[in-house]
Amino acid sequence: MRITQGCFSFLPDLTDEQITRQVQYALEKGWAVNLEFTDDPHPRNNLWEMWGLPMFDLRDAAGVMMELNECRKVYGDRYIRMSAFDSSHGWESVRLSFIVNRPKEEPGFALERHEGVGRNIRYTTKSYAVDRPEGTRYGAK
Amino acid sequence: MNAAGPVAVPGAGEPAPMERVDLRQEFNEVGIGEVLDQLDRELIGLKPVKTRIREIASLLLIERIRKRMSLTSDVPTLHMSFTGNPGTGKTTVALRIAAILHKLGFVRRGQVISVTRDELVGQYIGHTAPKTKEILKKAMGGVLFIDEAYYLHRPDNERDYGQEAIEILLQVMESQREDLVVILAGYGDRMDKFFGSNPGFRSRIAHHIDFPDYSDDELLSIAELMLHDMNYKFTPDARAAFSRYIALRKTQPLFANGRSIRNALDRMRLRQANRLVADLDRVLTADDIMSLEAVDVLASRVFANGKGG
Repeated sequence: MRITQGCFSFLPDLTDEQITRQVQYALEKGWAVNLEFTDDPHPRNNLWEMWGLPMFDLRDAAGVMMELNECRKVYGDRYIRMSAFDSSHGWESVRLSFIVNRPKEEPGFALERHEGVGRNIRYTTKSYAVDRPEGTRYGAK
Repeated sequence: MNAAGPVAVPGAGEPAPMERVDLRQEFNEVGIGEVLDQLDRELIGLKPVKTRIREIASLLLIERIRKRMSLTSDVPTLHMSFTGNPGTGKTTVALRIAAILHKLGFVRRGQVISVTRDELVGQYIGHTAPKTKEILKKAMGGVLFIDEAYYLHRPDNERDYGQEAIEILLQVMESQREDLVVILAGYGDRMDKFFGSNPGFRSRIAHHIDFPDYSDDELLSIAELMLHDMNYKFTPDARAAFSRYIALRKTQPLFANGRSIRNALDRMRLRQANRLVADLDRVLTADDIMSLEAVDVLASRVFANGKGG
Protein backbone atom coordinates (compact mmCIF):
# COMPACT_ATOMS: atom_id res chain seq x y z
CA MET A 1 0.00 0.00 0.00
CA ARG A 2 1.44 3.32 -1.10
CA ILE A 3 2.07 5.75 1.74
CA THR A 4 0.51 9.14 1.15
CA GLN A 5 2.14 11.70 3.40
CA GLY A 6 3.04 15.28 2.62
CA CYS A 7 2.74 17.05 -0.71
CA PHE A 8 2.54 15.33 -4.09
CA SER A 9 2.00 11.91 -2.54
CA PHE A 10 -1.02 11.13 -4.71
CA LEU A 11 1.04 11.89 -7.82
CA PRO A 12 3.48 9.47 -9.40
CA ASP A 13 6.92 9.67 -7.78
CA LEU A 14 8.71 12.89 -8.68
CA THR A 15 11.70 12.62 -10.97
CA ASP A 16 15.01 14.10 -9.82
CA GLU A 17 14.46 17.03 -12.13
CA GLN A 18 11.08 17.72 -10.59
CA ILE A 19 12.52 17.40 -7.09
CA THR A 20 15.28 19.84 -8.01
CA ARG A 21 12.75 22.40 -9.14
CA GLN A 22 10.67 22.03 -6.00
CA VAL A 23 13.79 22.45 -3.88
CA GLN A 24 14.81 25.51 -5.86
CA TYR A 25 11.35 26.97 -5.32
CA ALA A 26 11.71 26.47 -1.57
CA LEU A 27 15.22 27.94 -1.50
CA GLU A 28 14.07 31.00 -3.42
CA LYS A 29 11.37 31.50 -0.80
CA GLY A 30 14.16 31.52 1.79
CA TRP A 31 13.26 28.18 3.36
CA ALA A 32 15.92 25.77 4.55
CA VAL A 33 15.51 22.39 2.88
CA ASN A 34 16.48 19.35 4.91
CA LEU A 35 16.39 15.60 4.52
CA GLU A 36 14.81 13.08 6.87
CA PHE A 37 14.52 9.32 6.67
CA THR A 38 12.71 6.53 8.47
CA ASP A 39 11.66 2.92 8.08
CA ASP A 40 8.58 3.21 10.25
CA PRO A 41 5.78 4.32 7.95
CA HIS A 42 3.11 4.81 10.63
CA PRO A 43 1.27 8.08 9.94
CA ARG A 44 1.72 9.20 13.55
CA ASN A 45 5.48 8.81 13.27
CA ASN A 46 6.18 12.50 12.80
CA LEU A 47 9.77 12.72 13.93
CA TRP A 48 11.93 11.10 11.33
CA GLU A 49 15.67 10.95 11.64
CA MET A 50 17.57 13.80 10.09
CA TRP A 51 20.21 13.19 7.42
CA GLY A 52 23.27 15.25 8.25
CA LEU A 53 23.11 18.76 9.57
CA PRO A 54 20.41 21.31 8.79
CA MET A 55 21.22 23.08 5.55
CA PHE A 56 20.82 26.82 5.89
CA ASP A 57 21.95 29.56 3.51
CA LEU A 58 21.90 27.47 0.35
CA ARG A 59 21.35 29.24 -2.94
CA ASP A 60 21.08 26.37 -5.36
CA ALA A 61 19.28 23.05 -5.28
CA ALA A 62 22.40 21.18 -6.40
CA GLY A 63 23.65 21.14 -2.80
CA VAL A 64 20.48 19.46 -1.54
CA MET A 65 20.46 17.01 -4.44
CA MET A 66 24.05 16.04 -3.59
CA GLU A 67 22.94 15.16 -0.06
CA LEU A 68 19.86 13.34 -1.34
CA ASN A 69 22.01 11.13 -3.55
CA GLU A 70 24.32 10.37 -0.63
CA CYS A 71 21.33 9.59 1.57
CA ARG A 72 19.88 7.29 -1.09
CA LYS A 73 23.16 5.41 -1.25
CA VAL A 74 22.94 4.63 2.45
CA TYR A 75 19.17 4.49 3.08
CA GLY A 76 17.81 3.78 -0.39
CA ASP A 77 15.52 1.10 1.07
CA ARG A 78 13.73 3.51 3.39
CA TYR A 79 11.42 6.50 3.18
CA ILE A 80 13.26 9.77 2.62
CA ARG A 81 11.47 13.10 2.69
CA MET A 82 12.41 16.69 2.10
CA SER A 83 11.16 19.31 4.49
CA ALA A 84 11.38 23.03 3.81
CA PHE A 85 11.63 25.00 7.03
CA ASP A 86 10.62 28.64 7.14
CA SER A 87 12.50 30.39 9.92
CA SER A 88 10.80 33.76 9.47
CA HIS A 89 8.97 35.27 12.40
CA GLY A 90 5.42 34.05 12.79
CA TRP A 91 6.00 30.86 10.78
CA GLU A 92 8.97 29.12 12.33
CA SER A 93 7.73 25.80 11.03
CA VAL A 94 7.86 23.42 8.10
CA ARG A 95 6.13 24.93 5.06
CA LEU A 96 6.50 22.10 2.59
CA SER A 97 7.31 18.45 2.93
CA PHE A 98 7.26 15.62 0.44
CA ILE A 99 8.52 12.08 0.08
CA VAL A 100 11.41 11.70 -2.35
CA ASN A 101 12.29 8.06 -1.84
CA ARG A 102 10.27 5.04 -0.82
CA PRO A 103 10.93 1.31 -0.41
CA LYS A 104 10.31 -0.95 -3.40
CA GLU A 105 7.63 -2.88 -1.57
CA GLU A 106 5.27 -1.24 0.85
CA PRO A 107 3.42 -3.98 2.69
CA GLY A 108 0.75 -1.70 4.13
CA PHE A 109 -1.10 -1.79 7.44
CA ALA A 110 -3.08 -4.21 9.50
CA LEU A 111 -6.19 -3.01 11.33
CA GLU A 112 -6.28 -4.44 14.84
CA ARG A 113 -9.47 -4.53 16.86
CA HIS A 114 -9.11 -4.51 20.61
CA GLU A 115 -12.25 -5.73 22.27
CA GLY A 116 -12.88 -3.75 25.43
CA VAL A 117 -15.52 -3.73 28.09
CA GLY A 118 -19.00 -4.51 26.81
CA ARG A 119 -19.17 -4.27 23.04
CA ASN A 120 -16.56 -1.47 22.95
CA ILE A 121 -13.91 -1.80 20.23
CA ARG A 122 -10.72 0.24 19.87
CA TYR A 123 -8.94 0.26 16.53
CA THR A 124 -5.18 0.39 15.94
CA THR A 125 -3.24 0.46 12.69
CA LYS A 126 0.05 -1.34 12.57
CA SER A 127 2.45 -1.54 9.66
CA TYR A 128 3.47 -5.03 8.59
CA ALA A 129 6.93 -3.61 8.02
CA VAL A 130 7.58 -2.99 11.72
CA ASP A 131 7.31 -6.67 12.58
CA ARG A 132 10.98 -6.84 11.85
CA PRO A 133 13.57 -4.83 13.82
CA GLU A 134 14.67 -1.45 12.68
CA GLY A 135 17.15 -1.44 9.81
CA THR A 136 16.10 -4.86 8.52
CA ARG A 137 12.64 -3.83 7.35
CA TYR A 138 11.88 -3.71 3.63
CA GLY A 139 14.05 -6.65 2.78
CA ALA A 140 17.45 -4.95 2.88
CA LYS A 141 20.38 -6.69 4.55
CA MET B 1 6.58 30.22 -26.31
CA ASN B 2 2.86 30.10 -25.69
CA ALA B 3 2.01 31.30 -29.16
CA ALA B 4 4.17 28.59 -30.70
CA GLY B 5 2.54 25.91 -28.56
CA PRO B 6 -0.46 24.80 -30.59
CA VAL B 7 1.26 24.96 -33.99
CA ALA B 8 3.77 22.31 -33.07
CA VAL B 9 6.32 21.40 -35.68
CA PRO B 10 6.22 17.65 -36.19
CA GLY B 11 9.02 15.90 -34.33
CA ALA B 12 10.18 19.06 -32.55
CA GLY B 13 10.65 17.68 -29.06
CA GLU B 14 13.41 20.16 -28.36
CA PRO B 15 14.44 23.33 -30.19
CA ALA B 16 16.24 22.50 -33.39
CA PRO B 17 19.96 23.34 -33.43
CA MET B 18 20.59 26.83 -34.72
CA GLU B 19 22.27 27.27 -38.06
CA ARG B 20 23.57 30.81 -37.81
CA VAL B 21 24.11 33.28 -34.99
CA ASP B 22 24.50 37.03 -34.96
CA LEU B 23 27.60 37.33 -32.82
CA ARG B 24 27.10 40.97 -31.92
CA GLN B 25 23.52 40.39 -30.91
CA GLU B 26 24.56 37.41 -28.83
CA PHE B 27 27.32 39.47 -27.18
CA ASN B 28 24.91 42.27 -26.33
CA GLU B 29 22.27 39.86 -25.15
CA VAL B 30 24.38 38.26 -22.46
CA GLY B 31 25.64 41.66 -21.33
CA ILE B 32 29.23 40.67 -20.60
CA GLY B 33 30.39 43.75 -22.49
CA GLU B 34 29.51 45.99 -19.58
CA VAL B 35 31.16 43.69 -17.04
CA LEU B 36 34.35 43.70 -19.10
CA ASP B 37 34.20 47.47 -19.50
CA GLN B 38 33.67 47.84 -15.78
CA LEU B 39 36.67 45.61 -15.23
CA ASP B 40 38.77 47.88 -17.45
CA ARG B 41 37.48 51.00 -15.81
CA GLU B 42 37.66 50.04 -12.17
CA LEU B 43 40.78 47.94 -12.15
CA ILE B 44 43.97 49.80 -12.86
CA GLY B 45 46.88 47.99 -14.50
CA LEU B 46 46.66 44.17 -14.44
CA LYS B 47 47.05 44.02 -18.23
CA PRO B 48 47.78 40.28 -18.43
CA VAL B 49 44.83 39.50 -16.15
CA LYS B 50 42.41 41.55 -18.19
CA THR B 51 43.62 40.00 -21.44
CA ARG B 52 43.19 36.56 -19.97
CA ILE B 53 39.70 37.29 -18.71
CA ARG B 54 38.70 38.64 -22.12
CA GLU B 55 40.02 35.43 -23.66
CA ILE B 56 38.05 33.31 -21.22
CA ALA B 57 34.92 35.38 -21.77
CA SER B 58 35.26 35.00 -25.55
CA LEU B 59 35.81 31.28 -25.22
CA LEU B 60 32.73 30.93 -23.07
CA LEU B 61 30.65 33.01 -25.44
CA ILE B 62 31.66 30.76 -28.33
CA GLU B 63 31.12 27.69 -26.16
CA ARG B 64 27.61 28.91 -25.41
CA ILE B 65 26.87 29.33 -29.12
CA ARG B 66 28.37 25.93 -29.90
CA LYS B 67 26.05 24.43 -27.33
CA ARG B 68 23.03 26.04 -28.94
CA MET B 69 24.19 24.71 -32.32
CA SER B 70 24.49 21.26 -30.74
CA LEU B 71 28.19 21.10 -31.56
CA THR B 72 29.17 20.40 -27.99
CA SER B 73 27.42 19.06 -24.98
CA ASP B 74 29.89 18.76 -22.13
CA VAL B 75 30.54 21.51 -19.66
CA PRO B 76 33.95 23.15 -19.97
CA THR B 77 36.21 23.05 -16.93
CA LEU B 78 36.12 26.48 -15.40
CA HIS B 79 38.08 26.06 -12.18
CA MET B 80 40.79 28.69 -11.91
CA SER B 81 43.79 29.55 -9.86
CA PHE B 82 44.85 33.11 -9.13
CA THR B 83 48.41 33.62 -8.06
CA GLY B 84 49.96 36.88 -7.05
CA ASN B 85 51.20 38.97 -4.17
CA PRO B 86 48.83 40.29 -1.53
CA GLY B 87 46.66 43.22 -2.51
CA THR B 88 46.86 42.67 -6.28
CA GLY B 89 43.09 42.42 -6.69
CA LYS B 90 42.50 38.67 -6.72
CA THR B 91 39.26 38.81 -4.74
CA THR B 92 37.90 41.71 -6.77
CA VAL B 93 38.60 39.88 -10.01
CA ALA B 94 36.94 36.75 -8.62
CA LEU B 95 33.76 38.75 -8.06
CA ARG B 96 33.87 39.99 -11.65
CA ILE B 97 34.50 36.49 -12.97
CA ALA B 98 31.46 35.28 -11.09
CA ALA B 99 29.39 38.02 -12.73
CA ILE B 100 30.68 37.06 -16.18
CA LEU B 101 30.04 33.35 -15.63
CA HIS B 102 26.57 34.11 -14.37
CA LYS B 103 25.71 36.29 -17.36
CA LEU B 104 26.92 33.61 -19.74
CA GLY B 105 24.92 31.00 -17.88
CA PHE B 106 27.83 28.84 -16.76
CA VAL B 107 26.87 29.26 -13.11
CA ARG B 108 23.23 29.45 -12.16
CA ARG B 109 23.16 31.92 -9.26
CA GLY B 110 26.40 33.88 -9.43
CA GLN B 111 27.15 34.21 -5.73
CA VAL B 112 30.74 34.16 -4.49
CA ILE B 113 31.53 32.33 -1.27
CA SER B 114 34.95 33.39 -0.05
CA VAL B 115 36.60 31.03 2.43
CA THR B 116 39.97 30.26 3.95
CA ARG B 117 41.35 27.12 5.58
CA ASP B 118 39.46 27.76 8.83
CA GLU B 119 36.08 27.38 7.20
CA LEU B 120 36.92 24.14 5.39
CA VAL B 121 39.07 22.19 7.81
CA GLY B 122 37.76 20.91 11.13
CA GLN B 123 39.41 20.67 14.51
CA TYR B 124 38.92 17.00 15.28
CA ILE B 125 38.27 13.70 13.54
CA GLY B 126 34.98 13.68 11.66
CA HIS B 127 34.59 17.43 11.78
CA THR B 128 36.16 18.25 8.44
CA ALA B 129 33.85 16.46 6.00
CA PRO B 130 30.59 18.08 7.18
CA LYS B 131 32.30 21.45 7.35
CA THR B 132 33.72 21.27 3.84
CA LYS B 133 30.45 19.92 2.48
CA GLU B 134 28.46 22.69 4.10
CA ILE B 135 30.62 25.29 2.38
CA LEU B 136 30.41 23.42 -0.92
CA LYS B 137 26.64 23.28 -0.67
CA LYS B 138 26.46 27.01 -0.01
CA ALA B 139 28.66 27.65 -3.03
CA MET B 140 26.63 25.44 -5.38
CA GLY B 141 25.37 27.45 -8.32
CA GLY B 142 28.09 30.01 -7.83
CA VAL B 143 31.79 30.45 -7.25
CA LEU B 144 33.80 29.12 -4.34
CA PHE B 145 36.80 31.36 -3.74
CA ILE B 146 39.46 29.74 -1.55
CA ASP B 147 41.92 32.35 -0.39
CA GLU B 148 45.43 31.23 0.54
CA ALA B 149 44.57 27.76 -0.63
CA TYR B 150 48.07 26.39 0.04
CA TYR B 151 47.29 26.36 3.77
CA LEU B 152 44.99 23.42 3.09
CA HIS B 153 48.04 21.24 2.69
CA ARG B 154 50.46 21.03 5.59
CA PRO B 155 53.32 18.80 4.53
CA ASP B 156 54.93 18.89 8.00
CA ASN B 157 51.92 17.22 9.62
CA GLU B 158 50.73 14.07 7.96
CA ARG B 159 47.72 13.71 10.26
CA ASP B 160 46.50 17.15 9.29
CA TYR B 161 42.80 17.24 8.39
CA GLY B 162 43.50 19.52 5.44
CA GLN B 163 44.07 16.50 3.22
CA GLU B 164 40.52 15.33 3.88
CA ALA B 165 39.15 18.69 2.78
CA ILE B 166 41.31 18.53 -0.36
CA GLU B 167 39.94 15.11 -1.26
CA ILE B 168 36.32 16.23 -0.89
CA LEU B 169 37.04 19.35 -2.90
CA LEU B 170 38.67 17.39 -5.69
CA GLN B 171 35.81 14.95 -5.85
CA VAL B 172 33.16 17.66 -6.10
CA MET B 173 35.26 19.72 -8.53
CA GLU B 174 35.29 16.73 -10.83
CA SER B 175 31.81 15.30 -10.44
CA GLN B 176 29.80 18.53 -10.16
CA ARG B 177 31.54 20.73 -12.65
CA GLU B 178 28.27 22.15 -13.89
CA ASP B 179 27.20 23.12 -10.37
CA LEU B 180 30.10 25.14 -9.11
CA VAL B 181 33.34 26.83 -10.06
CA VAL B 182 36.27 26.76 -7.67
CA ILE B 183 38.86 29.53 -7.67
CA LEU B 184 42.03 28.99 -5.66
CA ALA B 185 44.10 32.01 -4.74
CA GLY B 186 47.43 32.58 -3.07
CA TYR B 187 51.01 33.73 -3.40
CA GLY B 188 52.78 32.46 -6.47
CA ASP B 189 55.64 30.42 -5.05
CA ARG B 190 53.60 28.77 -2.31
CA MET B 191 50.81 27.89 -4.72
CA ASP B 192 53.38 26.24 -6.98
CA LYS B 193 54.51 24.11 -4.07
CA PHE B 194 50.88 23.33 -3.23
CA PHE B 195 50.16 22.19 -6.78
CA GLY B 196 53.39 20.24 -6.76
CA SER B 197 52.24 18.15 -3.82
CA ASN B 198 48.63 17.90 -5.06
CA PRO B 199 48.88 17.11 -8.76
CA GLY B 200 45.14 16.38 -8.80
CA PHE B 201 44.44 20.06 -8.35
CA ARG B 202 46.69 21.26 -11.12
CA SER B 203 45.14 18.99 -13.70
CA ARG B 204 41.59 19.90 -12.68
CA ILE B 205 42.20 23.61 -13.04
CA ALA B 206 41.85 24.98 -16.53
CA HIS B 207 42.96 28.56 -16.09
CA HIS B 208 46.02 29.67 -14.18
CA ILE B 209 46.15 33.45 -13.96
CA ASP B 210 49.11 35.31 -12.55
CA PHE B 211 48.57 38.74 -11.00
CA PRO B 212 51.57 41.05 -11.44
CA ASP B 213 52.59 43.67 -8.87
CA TYR B 214 51.51 47.22 -9.54
CA SER B 215 53.94 49.86 -10.78
CA ASP B 216 54.34 53.15 -8.86
CA ASP B 217 52.18 55.05 -11.34
CA GLU B 218 49.45 52.44 -11.13
CA LEU B 219 49.46 52.60 -7.35
CA LEU B 220 49.08 56.37 -7.53
CA SER B 221 46.13 56.01 -9.89
CA ILE B 222 44.62 53.44 -7.54
CA ALA B 223 45.01 55.86 -4.65
CA GLU B 224 43.29 58.61 -6.60
CA LEU B 225 40.48 56.30 -7.65
CA MET B 226 39.96 55.23 -4.02
CA LEU B 227 39.98 58.86 -2.86
CA HIS B 228 37.56 59.80 -5.60
CA ASP B 229 35.17 57.08 -4.43
CA MET B 230 35.39 58.40 -0.87
CA ASN B 231 34.94 62.04 -2.02
CA TYR B 232 38.46 63.09 -1.13
CA LYS B 233 41.22 64.49 -3.30
CA PHE B 234 44.94 65.25 -3.17
CA THR B 235 46.23 68.79 -3.45
CA PRO B 236 49.03 68.96 -6.06
CA ASP B 237 51.64 69.01 -3.29
CA ALA B 238 50.09 66.07 -1.55
CA ARG B 239 50.01 64.14 -4.80
CA ALA B 240 53.74 64.67 -5.29
CA ALA B 241 54.37 63.71 -1.67
CA PHE B 242 52.27 60.58 -2.06
CA SER B 243 54.18 59.40 -5.10
CA ARG B 244 57.36 59.71 -3.01
CA TYR B 245 55.55 57.83 -0.25
CA ILE B 246 54.78 54.97 -2.63
CA ALA B 247 58.36 54.70 -3.79
CA LEU B 248 59.57 54.57 -0.18
CA ARG B 249 56.84 52.23 1.05
CA LYS B 250 57.58 49.70 -1.67
CA THR B 251 61.10 49.22 -0.39
CA GLN B 252 59.85 48.41 3.09
CA PRO B 253 58.74 44.95 4.22
CA LEU B 254 55.12 43.76 4.28
CA PHE B 255 54.10 45.83 1.32
CA ALA B 256 50.68 44.64 0.16
CA ASN B 257 50.02 46.65 -3.02
CA GLY B 258 46.44 47.95 -3.12
CA ARG B 259 45.75 47.05 0.50
CA SER B 260 48.74 49.06 1.75
CA ILE B 261 47.53 52.02 -0.27
CA ARG B 262 44.07 51.74 1.24
CA ASN B 263 45.53 51.63 4.75
CA ALA B 264 47.80 54.58 4.05
CA LEU B 265 44.84 56.58 2.82
CA ASP B 266 42.87 55.72 5.93
CA ARG B 267 45.71 57.00 8.11
CA MET B 268 45.93 60.16 6.05
CA ARG B 269 42.23 60.81 6.49
CA LEU B 270 42.79 60.39 10.20
CA ARG B 271 45.60 62.97 10.21
CA GLN B 272 43.58 65.34 8.04
CA ALA B 273 40.63 65.16 10.43
CA ASN B 274 42.96 65.77 13.34
CA ARG B 275 44.53 68.75 11.62
CA LEU B 276 41.13 70.27 10.88
CA VAL B 277 39.84 69.75 14.41
CA ALA B 278 43.01 71.26 15.91
CA ASP B 279 41.95 74.68 14.68
CA LEU B 280 38.39 75.16 15.80
CA ASP B 281 38.11 78.89 15.09
CA ARG B 282 37.68 78.83 11.38
CA VAL B 283 35.01 78.30 8.79
CA LEU B 284 35.55 75.21 6.67
CA THR B 285 34.60 74.96 3.04
CA ALA B 286 33.68 71.74 1.33
CA ASP B 287 37.01 71.98 -0.45
CA ASP B 288 38.91 72.01 2.86
CA ILE B 289 37.07 68.91 4.01
CA MET B 290 37.77 67.10 0.77
CA SER B 291 41.43 67.98 0.38
CA LEU B 292 44.34 65.98 1.71
CA GLU B 293 47.34 68.27 2.13
CA ALA B 294 51.01 67.48 1.79
CA VAL B 295 51.45 67.63 5.59
CA ASP B 296 48.94 64.81 6.01
CA VAL B 297 51.06 62.67 3.74
CA LEU B 298 54.46 63.72 5.02
CA ALA B 299 53.62 63.00 8.67
CA SER B 300 53.78 59.29 7.81
CA ARG B 301 56.21 57.02 9.64
CA VAL B 302 57.46 55.84 6.28
CA PHE B 303 59.25 59.12 5.70
CA ALA B 304 60.72 59.17 9.21
CA ASN B 305 62.17 55.69 8.71
CA GLY B 306 63.47 56.65 5.29
CA LYS B 307 65.42 59.58 6.71
CA GLY B 308 66.58 57.73 9.81
CA GLY B 309 67.96 54.68 8.08
